[in-house]
Formats: sequence, structure tokens, C-alpha cells
Amino acid sequence: MTPLIHSPLDACLTLLALWVLIGLAGLLRPTSLIFVGRTLFPLGALCGVALAVVALLSLGAPTERAVLIVGLPDLPMHLRRDALSSFFLFLLGAASAGISVFAAGYFRKGHGTSAGLLCLQYHLFLASMGFVLLADDAYAFMVAWETMALSSYFLVTTQHSLGEIRRAGFLYLLIAHVGALAILLAFGVMQGGSWQFTFDAMRGAHLTPFWAAVAFLLALFGFGAKAGLVPLHVWLPEAHPAAPSPVSALMSGVMLKTAVYGVLRVTFDLLGAPQWWWGVVALSVGLFSALYGVVFAAAQTDMKRLLAWSSIENVGIIFAGLGLAIVFHGVRMSGLAALALIAALYHTLNHAFMKSLLFCGTGAVLHSTGERNLGRLGGLIHRMPWVAWLTLIGTLALAGLPPLNGFVSEWLLLQAFLFAHQVPQTFVNMLLPLGTAVVALAAALAAYVMVKFFGVIFLGQPREATLLLAHDASVLERIGLLWLALGCVTLGLIPTQVVGALRIVTRQLARVDLPDPTAPWWLLEPLPGRLASYSGLVFLLAATAVVLLTILAVRLFYHQRVRHDAPWDCGFVRLDPRMQDTAEGFGQPIRHIFEPFFAMQRELPSPFDSTPRYRVSIADRIWQRLYQPLGTLVQRVADAFSVLQRGRIATYLLYSFVTLVLLLAVVL
Amino acid sequence: MRPIEILTQLLELIVALVAAPLFVGWVNQCRAWLQNRSAPSLWLPYRGIRKLFHKDAVIAAGASRLFRLAPYIVFGAMVVAAGIIPSMGTRLPLTRVADAIALVGLLAMARVFMSLAAMDIGTAFGTLGARREMMVGFLAEPALLMVIFVASLISATTALPAITEHLATQTLGLYPSLAFTAVAFLMVLLAENARIPVDNPATHLELTMIHEALLLEYSARHLALMEWAAALKLFNYACIGFALFIPWGVSTRGSAPAALLASIPLLAVKLAAAGTFLALIETVSAKLRVFRAPEFLATAFLFAVLGLLVHLLLGA
Repeated sequence: MTPLIHSPLDACLTLLALWVLIGLAGLLRPTSLIFVGRTLFPLGALCGVALAVVALLSLGAPTERAVLIVGLPDLPMHLRRDALSSFFLFLLGAASAGISVFAAGYFRKGHGTSAGLLCLQYHLFLASMGFVLLADDAYAFMVAWETMALSSYFLVTTQHSLGEIRRAGFLYLLIAHVGALAILLAFGVMQGGSWQFTFDAMRGAHLTPFWAAVAFLLALFGFGAKAGLVPLHVWLPEAHPAAPSPVSALMSGVMLKTAVYGVLRVTFDLLGAPQWWWGVVALSVGLFSALYGVVFAAAQTDMKRLLAWSSIENVGIIFAGLGLAIVFHGVRMSGLAALALIAALYHTLNHAFMKSLLFCGTGAVLHSTGERNLGRLGGLIHRMPWVAWLTLIGTLALAGLPPLNGFVSEWLLLQAFLFAHQVPQTFVNMLLPLGTAVVALAAALAAYVMVKFFGVIFLGQPREATLLLAHDASVLERIGLLWLALGCVTLGLIPTQVVGALRIVTRQLARVDLPDPTAPWWLLEPLPGRLASYSGLVFLLAATAVVLLTILAVRLFYHQRVRHDAPWDCGFVRLDPRMQDTAEGFGQPIRHIFEPFFAMQRELPSPFDSTPRYRVSIADRIWQRLYQPLGTLVQRVADAFSVLQRGRIATYLLYSFVTLVLLLAVVL
Repeated sequence: MRPIEILTQLLELIVALVAAPLFVGWVNQCRAWLQNRSAPSLWLPYRGIRKLFHKDAVIAAGASRLFRLAPYIVFGAMVVAAGIIPSMGTRLPLTRVADAIALVGLLAMARVFMSLAAMDIGTAFGTLGARREMMVGFLAEPALLMVIFVASLISATTALPAITEHLATQTLGLYPSLAFTAVAFLMVLLAENARIPVDNPATHLELTMIHEALLLEYSARHLALMEWAAALKLFNYACIGFALFIPWGVSTRGSAPAALLASIPLLAVKLAAAGTFLALIETVSAKLRVFRAPEFLATAFLFAVLGLLVHLLLGA
């Protein structure tokens, strides 16, 4: 390292600056795909790897601060790196490395934003997320937060020639700003009359319980809008399909997590002493989001929209864990608070890898088929084996199956729920079993969603003739997918080490900790003394051994003869790809069972139709009941004000004159 | 790993592999008797499996590797599950490696792979079966988890052998919560093992079938493994039931190795009784419409959650 870099914080800042530089370099030759795609994006990925390494190594290092003399005079940017920042920087670096390599192979000639500009927006987006994680005063935080929102807005609207995409972008920007306003207000409350907006001042401010609660609720609202908590989730299923796949991966895998970071920072660090009922709020909102998200995911027919809804589910689960941690923290149950917090953080990390992997997988499919609609895909495992098998890993992980990573975080969360039966508040005690039930139900439904996702896209017969021309992903895309898939597998196999690292975060952030493990390195036993342990590694070995033994035994004792023939299908002869379940068909049981959730419109033909058409469309009730009336109201108020708009210069001069007189009257 | 652990593990695996088809044969026999039919041989499932292993496998032209791999994974999952469930002894080497939640995950893995394999060929029946299997699964799985959670709250552990040991060795206590969950568990068992009233193992009627629809395209050794796995699944579920609700008689920590031998006939008695009971339920109940199945399972889920609430309210 150069002598300029003394500390991990310096190294992080250098890497973030490098990202900005790489982005700017894209403007040198904005139309050259070779330069941007083959050089700049892989360089960005290398920065990501370096950032992940630096963050990982600095996890246990003492907190450091720095002041950047940029921005307004007398308002320098305060920066601070502690264990929580390091953890999220690791997530940012590691997940974005895979996504950037994938993006290097992904962006090709197309309409919309040129490659160079895209490169600038993309890397600015990455760098701004890094600054969000390092900011230590409200100004720096808000500047980074807004840069993040804006750069991702431009990334979402890459194909701005399409009206649908512009609409999605607008909705995203709108909700992002409503959220930002709430965050700003939360900071305003938290400065507690000192008018100092550094985070240190907020840490030192003494708020009454009422104002602390107001600050927490504002922060939950603001960050919840970014995370996609129901009912602020409406932008997610619109913006994710609109964005190019690597950008969807970044937004879903990483950007949503900055909101989790924000809530953690505000609740445990800035406010310091959360009250238990805040946790109940976060828990309820999280659980509802989890269930709502997964039910809607099951009913989707667009593969990226399906994943977007599944992100809402996972964010819900993360917030449920977080809420549980706040409850435990509030009632002084340190071990359980640490367990719940670790479960939430673990799931945050897992989801970054799983969802990025799946979004990149859909990107590869989209590229080679041009199709996002599940009803026109199918059978791609034959044409795109790399993408299919790597995506299968993400699918199984997201379905929460052992020994992959999704299972571990769900296991930890369920353990936290299970051991939670001695909370002093009876009300909470009654709520927790229901919470356990909802988490279990959401996890099982996630498996349903994932079978639908993988089965309809990759298995079966191709539903369109053009799919026979599909080709596998390029080498760079494969490397990106492989990186993310490896992340999913590794995080599932070394849970003890991950939990060990996360304990540093919980210790520093919330001053809660798990007892030191007494189990060997390969065994995860979060609370020694309670007999509850799990080992992904041994589990995998045992399962693999049994499967291999079975294969061997069958080979040894019997023959290996195979004939290929037409499918049997109960003797049905004229088999047709149209006879497979469509995405609508596969989601039908869910639509049936969870009917009250959906605003459904069915179009069924009468027996006399010569050209029968079946159609079912599903809408979000929250959009119809909450957002549309709200939109109408805003429109009405705006219309009322338009009376002032006369279009004559004389009138406007009169307005200015009256305003001036009024102001003078006030001042004098 | 101590020798007694290895011994218990081996014994459990062997008994599971051998006894599972026999258990299915026994249930079929009881059913035939109850329905005034002449019963098929007790050994019929073995002969079926043996016959299938000897046949040539016919694989649909459009099948991928997943299709051929799935039977091994499903079978493997069921064997590992049999190794986790304390059917005869609680001294199992995998006790700490995979707890009850991992067991549920393992069962889910088998279900997911079975469904994916059924979708692989792209036939109408296959996808229909996959969809219905996942529908049953997403309601049955949380119900099963809740059932297990009640027992694990009572014994303050999630490791199934430890739960069994706790329940088997304590002085006889009355748990109203376990009564609720026992009902829930029975319903889950019926649904997950493709039994009446949710599914009918004896029919290929397309309007109603679930499990058989998944296996339609399989033949020969792959079908044999799937059938064996299905038998193991029924056996495993029965043993989970024994482990949670009638744990007495398993060889626990501190008992002599000879107790392990004594637990074999006891398991046989339990299985015989359970098989008769299962056949009785199947005989007296009618098959539900597929869309009644979610209501059936939602009831099971509700019962399990009620059990959990009752446990927390009464502390028992």
C-alpha cells in the first residue's frame, strides 16, 4: 500500500474514489463497448473484491474517523468506519464484484443510455452506497443517499424511450424522495435541540421517550420506503423489471440493504436505547411484508417482477429479525437480542448473494431470448446449462433448503423465535408464536415460488420456437454467476465463522453478544447449553455420501440400460408445449387460497365463443385503496391551486407586490 | 463418535430401509381387510421394487440431467432423514449436526426436487402434479414445523433425539398442547404421504392425483428409487410421530446396548398399530376435492399454532 493509506478507512475511501474515477473514465470513449465492458467493469469488480477484503480484515479493527474538507464551507463531511460499516461494505464489495463481472458481459449495443454514461451512473451508484455506509453526519449521509437515489433512477430509466419505464422510474423517484424527507425529519428530531447534525452529537443528545419514538418511526418509514416494506413497496415491482438486470441485482441485492443499515444505525447507534414496543412495530411490519410479498411473488408472470416481490418478502424477514432484536434489547435479553440481530444480518448478507444471482440469471435469459414473460419461456436448461445450474443454486438457497445459505439464516431466526418464550410482556408472548408461524409459512411459500420460477423458465419444453436458438451466457457472465453462486454455497457451509464475525458487529453496535461457542469449528451452536445446533458441512457430506453410495449400489447390483422415447403422459399422444402449466397456471392454487389479498379480474369465455380467451389479471389492493386515492387527492389540491395560475404578467406582478407588502408588514 | 452411536445409526438405517416397504405392504393389507377385499401379499412392495430394478429404464426424450438425478437425491434425502429420526435409539451421531428444523428442510428438499423433476419433461400431468405437490407442501411444512416446535419448547431443544429423550424419560406428564399438535401431525402425515383424504395412492385419476402425477414419467430403477423413497417417507413420518407422541421404549442415554435390541420388537408393534390406524382412517374417510385440501391443511396448521399458544398460556 502507498504511504498515503494508513488505515482501512483510507483504503475504503481510495477504493470508492477509484470507482468514481472508473465511472468518469467511461466518458472518455462512451460508445466503445470493448473499452467500457471489457476493461472498466472488470476493473470495478476488482475494486469490489478489494473493498470486500479490506472490509473483512477491518471488521475487528477499532473505530476510525476522518473529516473530508469538501462541500459547503464550515460543513465538512464527517466519516466513520466501525464494525457495522465494515460488514455492509463487505456486502457491497463482495456482491457488487460478481454483479460487475456479470455486467461486463451483459451491456451490449442497444437503445437508450450509451455504455459510457451507463458506466458512470453504475459506478457512481456503487460509490454513493459506500459513502452512505461511511457517513458520520446528516449532511454527508443525505448527500450520499440522494446521489444513490438519483444515480439508480438514471440506471432504472436506461431504456428511457419506453413510456412504461419512464413511469416506473418516476414512481421510484417519488417514493425515494418521500422516504428521504422522512429520514431528514428523523435527523432533525435526533439532533435534540443542539442543532449539531453530526452523528456524534446525535449519539450524545438526550431525547425524551416520545421524541425518540418519533425519530424511530420516521426512520422506519423513511428507510422502509427504500427497503420496500409494505405498504411502501409499490415502486419495487415496477422499478426492478424496468432496470437492466445487473442494475436490478444491485438494487435488490445491495441498495435495499443500505436501508437495513440505516435502520440499524439509527436504532441501535444514534438513538441508543430502543424501547421494546418499537420492535413490535418493526416485527409486525416485517412479518406482514414477508407474507404479502411472497404471496404476490407466487402469482407473478414476469420473472423479474416475481423476484422483486420475493425481495419484498426477504426484506420483511430481515425486518422481522431486526424487530425481534429490538424487542429483546428493550427487555434486556442480551443473548437473544444478539441471536435475532445476527439472524437478520446473516439474512441480509445471504439475500445479497441469492437475489443478485437470480437477477443476473434472469438477465442472461433475457439476453438470449429477449423475453421476460414466464409464459413464453421454458426448457432453457438444455440450451443454457451454465445459467440453469448456477441459477438452481440460487433457487434452492432462496427456497431455504439445507445446506445452502438461506437455510442458515432462517434456522437462526426460528431459533430466536423459539427461545423467546420468557419475554415479560404477555402481549409480545402471544405475538411471537404467530410470528413463528408466519415465518414458517413464508419460508414454505418461498419454496413454492422458487419451484415455479425455476421450473417454468428452465424446465419443460420450450414454449416458443425461438427459444431453440437461445445460447448460453458469455464467459464473463458465467464468472459473475459463479462468484455469486459460490457465495451462496460458502455462506451455507461456514455458518460458525460468519456468526463469529457478526458477533463483532452486534457487540459494537448494540452491546449484545452471544456466549462464546464451545462447539468445534464446524458446528454452529449459537446458545451453548441449549441443545440446538447445525452443521451445514457435515450435513452436506452425509447427504452427498448417501446419494453417491446409492448411485454406486445401483450401478453395482443392476444395469445401466437406458432407452429414450416419447414421454408417456398417461398415454396421451399429441403432446404440445402449450399443455404445460403456464406461470398463471402454476400460481393458481395461491390465487385461490389467498384470494382476499388480490384484486383479481378474470375474463372467461362463454361456451359459444369461437375464439375463446382466458385472461386473469392481478392487481395490488394497496395500490388501488391507498395510492390511487392519494394520487387523486394530490391532483385535486393541485387543481385548486391552479386558480392562481392566470397566465397574465400583470397578475403575477400583483402577486409579487402583495407578497412584498406582506413580508414588509411581517418584518417591520 | 462412540461405538454405540454407530451401532444405533446402522441399525436404524438398516431397519428403515428394510422395514419401509413392509410397512407400506402392511397398510395395504389392513386396508384390503377393512374393505372386504382379499389382501395382496405383504411382500408385494419388495417384489415391485425388485422387478423395477431389473427393467430397462425408459426416459422421455426431452429429459435433462435433473430428471435422472432427482430420484437419487429424493432417496438420499429420505435415508438421511431416517438417520436423524430416533426410531429406536436416541444416541445418534447426527444429533448435533441436523436438528428437527434441518429435518423439515430435508423433507422440503425432497419435495422440491421431486416437483422440479416432474416439470422437467413438460407434460401436462407432470406440471399439474408439481403444482399440487407444492400446494400441499407449503401448508404442510409450516404445520409440521409448528408441531415440532411445541415439542421442542417443552424439552428446550430442537434436536429430535434430545426431544424424544426428554419426553421418554421424564415422569409422565399431561400436555394439552401435545394433544392439539398430535391432531395436526396426523393431518400433515396424511397429506404429505399422499393418503386419503388428500390424495389416493391407488388411483391414476387425473382429476385427483398428486403423488402419482409426479412419478408418471419415471420407470425402472428411477421409479424403484422413488417408490422406495415414498415408502421411507411414510416410515419416517410414522417414526417422527412415535418420537414426539409415543416416545417410550426407545433406547436412551444410559441404557444398556441390549435395550437397542429390545426396541426393535417395540418399534414393530408401534408400526403395526400405526398401520392399522392409518388404514382405518383411510377406509372411513372420503377423498376430498383438490381444492378442499388447502382447507384441510390450513386446519392442521391452525391446530399446530393453537398447540403452541396453549403451551405458552398453560406452560404445558
